Amino acid sequence: MRNALLLAALLAAAIALPWAAEALGQPATIGLATRILCLGIAAASLNLILGHGGMVSFGHALYYGLGAYTVGILWEHFRLAEPIFGLIPGSNALLVTLPAAMAVAGVAAAVIGALSLRTSGVQFIMITLAFAQMGFFLFVGLKAYGGDDGLLIRRRNIAPGLDLRDQNQLYWLCLGFLVAWLLLQWRIVESRFGRVLEGIRQNERRMAAIGIATYRYKLVSFVIAGMGCGLAGALTANYLRFVSPDLMAWQKSGEIMVMVILGGVGTLLGPVVGAAALVGMEYVLGGITENWQFFLGPILLAVVLWAPGGIMGLLGRGARRG
Amino acid sequence: MVEPVLQVRGLRKRFGGLAATDDVSLDVRPGELHALIGPNGAGKTTLIGQLTGEITPDSGRVVFCGEDITGLSVAARVKRGLARSFQIVQLLDDDTALANVALAVQARAGHSFRFWRAAGRDARLLEPARALLDQVGLARHDTSVADLSHGERKLLELAMALAAQPKLLLLDEPMAGLGAAESLRMTETLRALKGGIAILLIEHDMEAVFALADRITVLVYGRAIATGTAEEIRANPAVQDAYLAEDLSP
Repeated sequence: MRNALLLAALLAAAIALPWAAEALGQPATIGLATRILCLGIAAASLNLILGHGGMVSFGHALYYGLGAYTVGILWEHFRLAEPIFGLIPGSNALLVTLPAAMAVAGVAAAVIGALSLRTSGVQFIMITLAFAQMGFFLFVGLKAYGGDDGLLIRRRNIAPGLDLRDQNQLYWLCLGFLVAWLLLQWRIVESRFGRVLEGIRQNERRMAAIGIATYRYKLVSFVIAGMGCGLAGALTANYLRFVSPDLMAWQKSGEIMVMVILGGVGTLLGPVVGAAALVGMEYVLGGITENWQFFLGPILLAVVLWAPGGIMGLLGRGARRG
Repeated sequence: MVEPVLQVRGLRKRFGGLAATDDVSLDVRPGELHALIGPNGAGKTTLIGQLTGEITPDSGRVVFCGEDITGLSVAARVKRGLARSFQIVQLLDDDTALANVALAVQARAGHSFRFWRAAGRDARLLEPARALLDQVGLARHDTSVADLSHGERKLLELAMALAAQPKLLLLDEPMAGLGAAESLRMTETLRALKGGIAILLIEHDMEAVFALADRITVLVYGRAIATGTAEEIRANPAVQDAYLAEDLSP
């Protein structure tokens, strides 16, 4: 009950943020917050497989990039009025581009997951990283879509009843998707499927011994996570109005993983808190020095050593004391 | 004669130069408690691994209820009614005893591609799980596995295996590490199960084996050197040779 009230208050604050930012004369905060929301979805989706399923995917940014590129490429073909391969028409409609981005990311996750989930441990980390790097270099080489210069999206997608050129509306849209995604993931984690996933994380051998064909469950969760990250990428592309291979580089995968660990592995809000913490640190420390990541290292080290539950773990500990 | 639940035929497995399983054949009849004994290094664990599907034999067949299951995965064998308990307990340590068994009940209840309804309060899972915990005599349902005693974990192992509603139960040293009183209790629990389900019992505790087993197979250096009733095994000179004789005296 107390948790529900806290969540409601948090949500109300998040909804009110653009007005507060304008009132305080800090409109740049809205853009920052939008970035946090998008990365929050990406980190939450990784948390499903990493935190709940124990699958340490080190190539999760690939789905982020694929989602973003889906929006970018559909825009490019829409702008040129030239169907993709002469078959698929371009689009600037959010109702088309978002499902398309999730589908593309989901198919990629299905193929990559089907291969990489045959391994585990360090091998799994390496093979997911390798696939993501393949994607990265593929888009670096795709000169038709800007290569490593990336692709400009002159106008944000259109959506019925919304004007995404208004940064407040884009912020609220992203907030809505984040809330919807967290709700979905909360249900999944509590469901029978989620119980199996948790069981696989804790003891895969035991799961097989009670008759669970673990591979299928891991694969399905991998695809769900990929689709969530594709959604995050599609929203990011709208926010940035620009996509580039950097969105799927291994550094980005690392960043998303850091968000999950920083915020709290296996917690509902942890990844979003982690995203906020990392983006916030980048903003604050980045204002002091451009080598802000130098300070990130010790902070991460401290979290891993003294607060293995991440920020959520610290908050929980504080709440129990208070 | 009724068809055996489990038929093992000419099973062989080599690790390098070591014949861990050397032409093993054995039957487990319906309702029978069949014990598998042998000195350390006799290949009991390797044999169990091949029966459950964790280890692939080099040759030979495993037939379960008339079906050749030699090529089936672990999970597929469990689905067909071949469940096992582990010598070294394999449990979900972060969860309660009840949650562990509830998950095993869930696995038995069909596929788990159900994404929306909360499983934690589902009476269709919790009620059978509580019944199973009561059946094995584990009272602390809501205690986390991490806080259970070794004896309780062994009981939980048994409840997890029973949740699969097996036709054959492979019990890998259920008494290992138990105190005298706990051992006795486990013996009684197994005696209560006996007759209903066929059981293949791997056990070092000779007292328990001779008290429970209908038939015994002795494994030495990967070979099944004898199979028979407790009396026949005690009287068998080859077994006496391989084993310390005092171990077998009643």
